Amino acid sequence: MTEREKILGRIREALKVKAPQPLTPDEAAELPQPPAAGARRWLPPVGDQFRDWVELFSRNAADLKAEFHLVSSSDEMREELVRLRDAEGWKRGACHSGLLPDAICPALGMPMFKTDKFYDIHALEGCDVGITECDALIAQTGTVMLTSRSAGGRALSILPPHHVVLARRDQLVPDLPSAFELLKMEYKDNFPSMISFITGPSRTGDIERILVLGAHGPRKLTVLCV
Amino acid sequence: MTSRARKFLKDARRVTADLRHRQIIHAALHNYEAARDRRKAAFADWLTARQAAAATKWEAINYLDENLTAFADKLAARGAKVHWASTDRQARDIILQIIQDKAARCIVKSKAMTAEEIHLNEALERAGLEVVESDLGEFIVQLRREAPYHIVFPSMHLTRGEIKDLFQSKLGSAPSDNPEELTMVARRVLREKFINAEIGITGANFAIAETGMISITENEGNARLTAALPRTLITLLGIEKILPRLEDLALFLPMLATAGAGQPMSGYNTLYGGPRQPDESDGPVEFHVVLLDNQRTRLLADTEQRDALHCIRCGACLNVCPIFRHVGGHTYGTTYSGPIGSVITPSLRGLQDWKHLSSASSLCGACTEACPVKIDLHHHLLHNRRNAIAKRLSYLEQFAYDVFTAIVNHPVLWSLGKKAGRLLQPLHRSIQGGPLDPLRSWTRTRDLPPLAKPSFREWWRKRK
Repeated sequence: MTEREKILGRIREALKVKAPQPLTPDEAAELPQPPAAGARRWLPPVGDQFRDWVELFSRNAADLKAEFHLVSSSDEMREELVRLRDAEGWKRGACHSGLLPDAICPALGMPMFKTDKFYDIHALEGCDVGITECDALIAQTGTVMLTSRSAGGRALSILPPHHVVLARRDQLVPDLPSAFELLKMEYKDNFPSMISFITGPSRTGDIERILVLGAHGPRKLTVLCV
Repeated sequence: MTSRARKFLKDARRVTADLRHRQIIHAALHNYEAARDRRKAAFADWLTARQAAAATKWEAINYLDENLTAFADKLAARGAKVHWASTDRQARDIILQIIQDKAARCIVKSKAMTAEEIHLNEALERAGLEVVESDLGEFIVQLRREAPYHIVFPSMHLTRGEIKDLFQSKLGSAPSDNPEELTMVARRVLREKFINAEIGITGANFAIAETGMISITENEGNARLTAALPRTLITLLGIEKILPRLEDLALFLPMLATAGAGQPMSGYNTLYGGPRQPDESDGPVEFHVVLLDNQRTRLLADTEQRDALHCIRCGACLNVCPIFRHVGGHTYGTTYSGPIGSVITPSLRGLQDWKHLSSASSLCGACTEACPVKIDLHHHLLHNRRNAIAKRLSYLEQFAYDVFTAIVNHPVLWSLGKKAGRLLQPLHRSIQGGPLDPLRSWTRTRDLPPLAKPSFREWWRKRK
């Protein structure tokens, strides 16, 4: 008998008797099936207009010490990125192929390392900024949702000291349940190997619970949305 | 009393009297409470969210066989290797074997309480391997060769000055006691380790049955790096981490962050559903997932306490517990401390050895109130006390209870005892709490109020 069979055997033996329900019948009757389907009703409210979501996302981003700019054109996005390059003194950057990076990144006029194919991790480690696309921006929590497929692999969005996300307006979703719906619709049964919900720059409070940014991952997170 | 119970009492006494310790913990948790209350209030309906979380975990655990097989089969279909370990030893052997097959030496680890539970680091070090904790708090306690103080905040008992001295002596570098500069020292040291590591080891916060994915919650990005850079990734998790559906996370991720740290969401919540796929450019070539039982099925067989397996390890019950806040995390001597640790440790590691933890409680119920998945923690502590007594009682204890039972069952004996008590109490007063007092273990830190005169019965009779 394999260890798997032994463990499952013990579990089945134990589960012959069901545990009492955690809720009273009245409480249980108020929940939808499955229970988490009602999450939208209980989570922090988000409003129902696009401009509510923009406002909420930027307020959350500010709380998280992330930068968020809603720009009106690709040109403005390029200008914003060039402004960042100058302000931060970027010398080398990294990105992946995609509609937005292909259109925007050449404006930086600096060497751009690509992570589309197998690459040398030391080269990525030497870059000042990682520029990626994403799958969604979640207004409710100020979160960027991206995957290994949409954002140039696993390391590009975590290794360089500054992470810049290039997003489209139609990627802004109101809340977490919408983000999970989107995920299932977009990938169906063929999920990427990594799906990450990024909420602000890398942070720690492990020394006297004092907030420090850039513990291991990016010290700065900038979201540009066109 | 067992030697573990004696040690618990001794340590508890020492730490409780340590005012500096108390001040550090108080300061650390003060901000947490304010932030947590703010985040809870931001929910449209936190109470119903808790009920939904409890119902979801009930389903996950009471159909654990179906959920686990779905999880394991989905994950394996995507190229991950799933291992099953009944005991801590098996889990250690599996992990050691994977590492030795690769002839790897350099291992980075992100925070995993399950790894603490099976004493993984010690086993790897005994085999001559270098394993580096990458979570800042874990890195600090690893340098001190100490267990984590708290399941979520491993180094909350240390001041910046102590951490500066530690970095100075162990890393030879500590420019100041500024938290930011200290963090950057650790970042530089650990970045080097990440780049060179051959093996990454992580824990997991959730396992999704529907899609065969693990989910890791963190703030620093060290788990992201651990799961991105090394060629081989090993994830160790308890079998109770399961959630039925992917979208359950829409509820559990914000609730975990809110209850655990007063955040709307933790910095990084990342799902992994396999090793690097054919169309992907990086990530581990091999992904091993080790499912650990280690007596969890024993807890599962106890229908009364089964819901203790609903725990998502947010640490909220530790943060609000008056006992934890006074005796401190290390005093418990267990991997999981605080109320949840006192509830599950007797099941996981033996009732007789750990029953004393269930008595280290004021039964105030703050833990039950704080739990985001509504585990009835303080009643479980009572269940443990009852079970400990049902199992075995020392002769002396049994004798004391027999005498007490005889007295309270016979009105004549009761009234005699009362009279004797009233006569003897003035004498007792003179030695109360001192070394000659036979009741010292009670009276040393507590008052024994004088027996009422007249007694209730006498008063009642007169009143009539």
